[in-house]
Amino acid sequence: MLRFTVRRLINMVFVLWAVSVLTFLIFMVMPGGGDEQAALRIAGRNANEQQVQTVKREWGLDDPFYVQYADMMKKVFTGDLISYVNQVNVREEIVRGIPRTASLVIGAGIIWLFFGVVFGVLSAVYAGRFTDRALNVLALIGISLPVFWVGLVLLYYLTDRIALFPPGGYTELGEDPVDWAYHLILPWFALSILFIGFYSRVLRSNVLDISNEDYVRTARSKGLSERRVLIRHTLRNALIPIVTLFGLDFGAALGGGAILTESVFGLQGVGQYASDSIGRLDLPPIMGVVLFGAFFIVLLNAIVDILYAFLDPRIRLQ
Amino acid sequence: MATQPATESDFSLDAAAAVAEREGGKQLEGMGPWQLAWRRLKRNRVAMASLAVFFVLVGCCLAAPLYADHIAGRGPTATNATGTIQIDGKKTFVVTPDGTPIGPGLHKQYLLGADPLGRDVMVRLLYGGRNSLFVGFMAAIITAVLAVGLGLAAGYFRGWGDRVITNLFDILWSFPVLLFAIALGTALAIGGLQIGPVNLQGDSLWIPIVIIGVVYVPYFGRPIRGQVLSLREKEFVDAAVAQGMRAPRIMFGEILPNLSSTILVFGTLIIANNILLEAALSFLGAGIQPPEPSWGGLISDGVNQIYTAPHLSLVPGVAIVIAVLSLNVFGDGLRDALDPRAKVRLR
Repeated sequence: MLRFTVRRLINMVFVLWAVSVLTFLIFMVMPGGGDEQAALRIAGRNANEQQVQTVKREWGLDDPFYVQYADMMKKVFTGDLISYVNQVNVREEIVRGIPRTASLVIGAGIIWLFFGVVFGVLSAVYAGRFTDRALNVLALIGISLPVFWVGLVLLYYLTDRIALFPPGGYTELGEDPVDWAYHLILPWFALSILFIGFYSRVLRSNVLDISNEDYVRTARSKGLSERRVLIRHTLRNALIPIVTLFGLDFGAALGGGAILTESVFGLQGVGQYASDSIGRLDLPPIMGVVLFGAFFIVLLNAIVDILYAFLDPRIRLQ
Repeated sequence: MATQPATESDFSLDAAAAVAEREGGKQLEGMGPWQLAWRRLKRNRVAMASLAVFFVLVGCCLAAPLYADHIAGRGPTATNATGTIQIDGKKTFVVTPDGTPIGPGLHKQYLLGADPLGRDVMVRLLYGGRNSLFVGFMAAIITAVLAVGLGLAAGYFRGWGDRVITNLFDILWSFPVLLFAIALGTALAIGGLQIGPVNLQGDSLWIPIVIIGVVYVPYFGRPIRGQVLSLREKEFVDAAVAQGMRAPRIMFGEILPNLSSTILVFGTLIIANNILLEAALSFLGAGIQPPEPSWGGLISDGVNQIYTAPHLSLVPGVAIVIAVLSLNVFGDGLRDALDPRAKVRLR
């Protein structure tokens, strides 16, 4: 178990390194990225040739690219990464966005896990009957909806036509918890719909598969009640893949997957910061946010793998 | 989706045949696995209906120039901000002086209303559909070719090649997909892309195609690799090796046909996902570049007018949902038909 964990962590560091190199290369090699463009952006629109050269020297933009890469990575770790466009510290911006993104993703995660599991179990228990079919149709619709469009529809109908909710924005949790939740209800549901549909479908097929296993038949023939067989025998195994999925999706949503929801509802979280920086082709914040996002994805990947080995002893033996 | 290789019963046509035996009895004798699958698919009315819906949608989009020329009378980029049209014999502004465009209604021109520049939303929707669907299709082909190629190579040769490819998948997998795609899309939209002799302008449709095509490769490549790993241990591969067949011929002639049902099902679902991703990219300005219309771009154009002219954003969204939903439902039916026991998972 220890060796497995250590190997997983080493792999994690390697993947993060590769992600940073790739991001760096994309924006350095790209026309429109690159040293020249970066220097122009820092120096401002009206800079003359000499000012641009000075900026290049001061910011180390005339160094070979591997030196530049090393510089940037050093700044990532010391927290000195600064935007090319407005010279704002990247770490401060990300830290400012974290509570917003976390509020959105944690709330949505609880909602999608709860409804995904409830709908999945209901579907499996009533397999082939009306409830199952209705839920399947709903799930298919759920996985076919573009999240930003759902957000716009909710905004239009529930904040304008019927003014039930505030039209976007964010209130700090510490300031006013009720208002915080009130502002987040629509984003939570907009972000959850896709995952609810997806999880309920996966869980349904898992439960049905496991219902055919010998040990479930044995449990039934022992005379256990259907409820007990379902909860103690079937669900315990059927939920393992859901744990995996949840870890991965949760990490991906924290690490930039919520970018669309944040933009539509104007939450000003990490995702929206990323999309604004990308629009300005501002490499340092992009690097910061991509690494931040990749970190969560890779971390939750590793946690899931380790948890998986813990939940299902068969994996460990392989 | 921890890296669990697909078990050998997943996706193989043998399993489908075994199930078919229970379904039909005598009259099924002598039918091949493809015939059996087709038979099952034909019986699935919901799946066939959604395929029909999708084809109708594609047909409408392909007919966009006809609609623009003969019914609407204006192209997708023709503006008409100060014009008027006749509705019920009354002269009506296409865009009122305070900037609110005309909404949907039963009039020959502007069936789905106008946008703030006086462009016909219906015409733009059809042309946008051509772009969005084209990107979805072509990107799916790129994903399939790359994923199958890499998955075959990794699973067949194993060893260090497998390790390199698996690690490549892991890295791509760990990128925040949307961030990655947006970053690439924005950078390329500004500078264009040059790979060897291929030179793409910044507003080329091929830029979103390539990006979307690459992003989903690990989602598709991993299950393929898992399947190849188990297929290569089968007797028919041993037999091919014993006959002196070379590796490429075994890979493409012997193993690839066994992957075809997976590729078909995944391909369908990937197109649906591509349409969604393309919409997201265009919505954020990193996909299909204006003035070329696209479904995501149309939604994005309407965002600022969501309270005064909601049709601008709502209508293209409905088109996306119809396209994606019909593909998802059909993909479901296709999977059930090809292999009732298969588990296809796609995020």
